[in-house]
Amino acid sequence: MAIGVKVMKRPEKQVSYVRATLKGMVLTFKHMLEKKVTMQYPEQKSTDREHGLGTYSLSPRWRGTHRMLTDEQGRSKCVACGLCEFACPTDCITIVPGELEGAGIERYPEEFDIDMSRCMFCGLCEEACPEEAIVMSREVELTTYERSGLTFQKEQLLVPEKLLERRLQFLRSEYDRESAPARREEA
Amino acid sequence: MTPELKGFLLLSVIKMVIVFTIIMVGVALLTLMERKVSAWMQNRHGPNRVGWAGLLQPAADGVKNILKEETFPAQANRWLFTVAPALSFIPALLLSAVIPFAAPLPVDFDFTLGPLGRFVHHGPMPMVVADLPVGFLFVIAISSLGVYGIALAGWSSNSKYALLGGLRASAQMISYEVAMGMSLIPVLLLSGSVSFSTIVAQQQAGLWYVMPLFLSFFIFTIAGFAETNRLPFDLPEAESELITGYHTEYSAMKFSFFFIAEYANVVTVCAMVTTLFFGGWDIPFTDWDRSGGLLPTLATWLVFFLKVLFWVFVVMWIRWTLPRFRYDQLMALGWKVLMPIALAYIMVMCVAIYVVERVLGITSPVLASLALFALNVGLGILVFGLLDSGVFIRGSGYRQQERLKERGARTARAAVAG
Repeated sequence: MAIGVKVMKRPEKQVSYVRATLKGMVLTFKHMLEKKVTMQYPEQKSTDREHGLGTYSLSPRWRGTHRMLTDEQGRSKCVACGLCEFACPTDCITIVPGELEGAGIERYPEEFDIDMSRCMFCGLCEEACPEEAIVMSREVELTTYERSGLTFQKEQLLVPEKLLERRLQFLRSEYDRESAPARREEA
Repeated sequence: MTPELKGFLLLSVIKMVIVFTIIMVGVALLTLMERKVSAWMQNRHGPNRVGWAGLLQPAADGVKNILKEETFPAQANRWLFTVAPALSFIPALLLSAVIPFAAPLPVDFDFTLGPLGRFVHHGPMPMVVADLPVGFLFVIAISSLGVYGIALAGWSSNSKYALLGGLRASAQMISYEVAMGMSLIPVLLLSGSVSFSTIVAQQQAGLWYVMPLFLSFFIFTIAGFAETNRLPFDLPEAESELITGYHTEYSAMKFSFFFIAEYANVVTVCAMVTTLFFGGWDIPFTDWDRSGGLLPTLATWLVFFLKVLFWVFVVMWIRWTLPRFRYDQLMALGWKVLMPIALAYIMVMCVAIYVVERVLGITSPVLASLALFALNVGLGILVFGLLDSGVFIRGSGYRQQERLKERGARTARAAVAG
């Protein structure tokens, strides 16, 4: 027998429709008394802190809108290397680099725009990023009243690292990164 | 026109309005109940956004259906296509006219209303729109008319799916009509009357007919499911094979009318089960419900309502439990199982009623019912035992085993020959 073929054990004797019907009715009635599993969406969200990691959690594989991580000082971890801009198949990332004096790093993004109306959520930017600066979150609500609202600026994207810990761990295992990139020396 | 006739007409109109309103509102709420029950059985919440706990959902659906575009398929027979929903809808509502829904209410009035003249009514008013002496035959006759609407809808749409649905509906309803009618003959034998009021009165005197006539109840319920095209017999609709069958081409309110008709039919069948086998509006273990007056009438009304609601729930319960029958299984069940059982049951009950009433001379209705009940327990064990014995119906694994055995024998023969 081939591997993985499930052989059903079908009843040979038993039978009347009556008995099977009653059995089924007992089963469905039991289900009536059980807890409901539906998430009540606008009230409960999979991104909520209390639900997000519990009953209705999205998988860590889920690619929502981007977030840019910040370090302990609240500064963006991005070094404006432009790899994500280069990797992006839809050209939705625009980086304007600026120079920093005496911060241990020389470049930082003066502007970092993501045009979400073009983004296809492929996650290549996240894969390309050597600094774990750009990460996809669980956020899914993108509706706005104007198109301009879909262009996310750097300031809208900044979040502290600990909020996306789960996704980061997933990324490290998925892309065989051993750990977080080495901390920069502070000047 | 005599004042008595005018009083009678006035009361009839009032009863008509009340029954019509209750049926229409009830049917609307039943669509919500169906969705709620199905949701609960699948660990979901069901509609809960419109109004408190979704109670206004039927209203929202109604508004939506009225505002939607009405489509007519090209080549459809315009006239029949329009009339068909009404044809299935009217018989469904007509049936509710003859079912007594509460204890008779004594009404006395004698007044003059301007140019309309004098209105007079004295004595108990039966709580049924039309207390027909042939109520029972009326139901059997009208319930068969519902199939015209469905068959015509299927035919006039000029669509293969709709036509197949209509054909299935007519074949199914005609087949099950036979078993249904047969299963009700024992009820007539036992009650000696075709009037619903008498049948209810007989059950109050003795036991509810579900006890002395259990197999009738069983067959009637199954045939009732088939008559109303509910799962497990919803072959005329059959979403997976016929993309909802006869109403494939319907949209907007015309589509809604088929649904209203279906639920009205469900209510009627449940009311029939209640009236014929569960004592109608009778409150068990008391004679107070027949004492006359406003309070007993309201109480019996409530009891009748609860009984019907229970059976409606059972209908939904079964719908969300069982899958659909195959077409040949449906026909086999109707003609080869239910009809012979119903015929045999008529003969057995004829003899049994004769023996109990004439030979044994039991006159007390309760004792007679109990004697018949004892017989029914025996018959029930026999019938269900035979059905369950694995001789008439075998499990699907049996044929698989047979095939395997045959294949084994063939290989063995080949080995010997080779």
